Amino acid sequence: MLELRKDLFADERDDNLKEIGKPTQRQDMLGHVTATSTYFNDHKLQAALHLKVLRSAHSHARIRRVELSEAERHPGVRRIIRGADVPHNLNTLLSLINFGNDDEPTLAVDKVRYKGEPIVAVVADSEREAFEALAKIRVDYEPLPTVFDVEEATKPGAPVVNETYPKNTFTYHDIYDHQKLRFGDVERGFAAADHILEQRYQMSPIEHASTETNGSIAAPDTNGRYVVYTSTQALFFSLDTCAKILDVPSNKLHFIGGTVGGGFGGKVDTVTEPLAILGAMLTGRPVRYMIGREEEMLYCAPRGAERIFIKDGVSRDGRILARKFRCLFDSGAYTRLSSYAAVKCAAHLPGPYTIPNVYADVYCVFTNRVPATAMRGFGVTAVDFAIECQMDKLANLVGMDPMEFRILNAYRDGDMKAHRREAKNTALIECVQVAAEKAKWLIRDDFKRMSSRKDGGGARAAAPPTPREPIFVNRPAGQQRTVYDRPAPPPSEPAQPQPPPPAPPAAAPSHGAIRFSSVFGARRR
Amino acid sequence: MPKTALQFRHNGRDAAIFVDGGMSLLAALRDEVGDFSPKFGCGQGGCGACTVLVDGEPVVSCITLAESVAGKSIETADGLKSGPELHPLQTAFMENFAAQCGYCTPGMLMAAKALLDRNPAPSRVEVVEAISGNICRCTGYEPIINAILAAAARGAERRA
Repeated sequence: MLELRKDLFADERDDNLKEIGKPTQRQDMLGHVTATSTYFNDHKLQAALHLKVLRSAHSHARIRRVELSEAERHPGVRRIIRGADVPHNLNTLLSLINFGNDDEPTLAVDKVRYKGEPIVAVVADSEREAFEALAKIRVDYEPLPTVFDVEEATKPGAPVVNETYPKNTFTYHDIYDHQKLRFGDVERGFAAADHILEQRYQMSPIEHASTETNGSIAAPDTNGRYVVYTSTQALFFSLDTCAKILDVPSNKLHFIGGTVGGGFGGKVDTVTEPLAILGAMLTGRPVRYMIGREEEMLYCAPRGAERIFIKDGVSRDGRILARKFRCLFDSGAYTRLSSYAAVKCAAHLPGPYTIPNVYADVYCVFTNRVPATAMRGFGVTAVDFAIECQMDKLANLVGMDPMEFRILNAYRDGDMKAHRREAKNTALIECVQVAAEKAKWLIRDDFKRMSSRKDGGGARAAAPPTPREPIFVNRPAGQQRTVYDRPAPPPSEPAQPQPPPPAPPAAAPSHGAIRFSSVFGARRR
Repeated sequence: MPKTALQFRHNGRDAAIFVDGGMSLLAALRDEVGDFSPKFGCGQGGCGACTVLVDGEPVVSCITLAESVAGKSIETADGLKSGPELHPLQTAFMENFAAQCGYCTPGMLMAAKALLDRNPAPSRVEVVEAISGNICRCTGYEPIINAILAAAARGAERRA
């Protein structure tokens, strides 16, 4: 049952709040219980065709030849679509916000980079005829060496998964091969520590398994536009992605959605809409492309699996003095949203604790696995899992109660966080105190009296001196440096003349302060 | 491909359609009858989103042959209401927040209806067993179980 604890932070409350603690009916509930909510597949269009894709049988292979003649002659087949038919057959999802390079084809042309990658799409009168035609397509593969392990993928000489990123790591701001966080001096922290704990944490990919699979229906409209019924979680994001891939103005596309049969992050990748619309363009008929459950489980994007290494130094009295963190985020064969997950991972460190020395390297790594995508706190939940396992182990190591150990190390108002922002409105201590109370877990009185609003700031408000690391240009970027603690200077002009970059660095200040964003670099707000 | 004529009762009305050999009851209901209330979730009988009642018994319509229901009575979630009146299960689902994305809801309702028709006062364990073939990825099941028990309790009140 919901219990409102108005005693906590009473002076910060606005007690005019009237909604919390009072049930409010969802506006879509009546449709759900009467089974009249309209999902994308609940539209019957006259003479609709069905689209299915042929998926790669190999995890990494060159495509030598694709033999279509038998499939083309199969009854009911209206159109076979190849990569060459896709107007802009290379895209990366976050290119819409100018982040990352195009790295993923809609239909693979020269090589496949994961098992199940789409190669050919068949549009036919019925699903059955589409499947039968797929079975008649012959693909001549030349298998290539594969890499499925993030550490193997980052070693010199590893097979290159995705030629857009030849080092198998996503490139941030055109130069950096990872996200970096430096705060204080971890080596000095470790030297002062009484115990050191080094651990490795390995996550698993997780399938969203929403009850409705991904899919869409595209149909030529009466006004020269295409109407698209879709399961997408991100309607306008998908619309713009399709406009780019199909090279049409976005006002040619009319997306209808919003009633989604479960998403959890698994319906933001815009995997079905481009092909459904292209099918409708090429045949002049409505085209339905629904992913089957088996395809969804095997070949559609899961939550990416992180490998996390944490090294902590802790003093005898239970203070964490240093935390060193290394994370390899398994993006699979293409970026999708994993570059952003690595940014979130770095931004989340070192957890809700005040630690004077923090050091982190977070990599977005390419392997021959199915591309990963968004899922419920991706990039963050795994970090928390690893950190909180580590907290229990550290408490055990110094002989402290795990709840009290967290309260002792929790950040408090006024503390300097590792990202050089002041901690405000912190509440971890109160959360732990209430959790202990609810669980009837005994904590000592002095820990019950501690508060997020007391004893923070002061010496804890200072950003510690942080050793500078040398910058080696054109070296493996493990040794390059991202500046977080001051505005990044505009990049120096390269020696040779070059075409103007797509997003020029900020000009002379007109208003506002320059702020550093992990995604956009230095920008003015 | 030659089609077979098929007649059955659909939510109390006669339905007459033509089906392909091998067509599932789910495809027949959605594509031929035009009842979109049973949902496709897996096509393997694994998730229960397509649950309908055949002569009162819950079946997963995606792996039920359409031709096997000739002359039988089919109930789907679309037929639960009587006029504008919601079925007690529908009211209970609304009041107990027993749906989130709503995609499993039609199947859940039909599995629950089969249970309450057979056993108007089920125990919690019996409710859990009755919906054990229906997967919900949003709610965590508790609100659904509570809704079914609430609908049963309300039915008992009415009978008393």
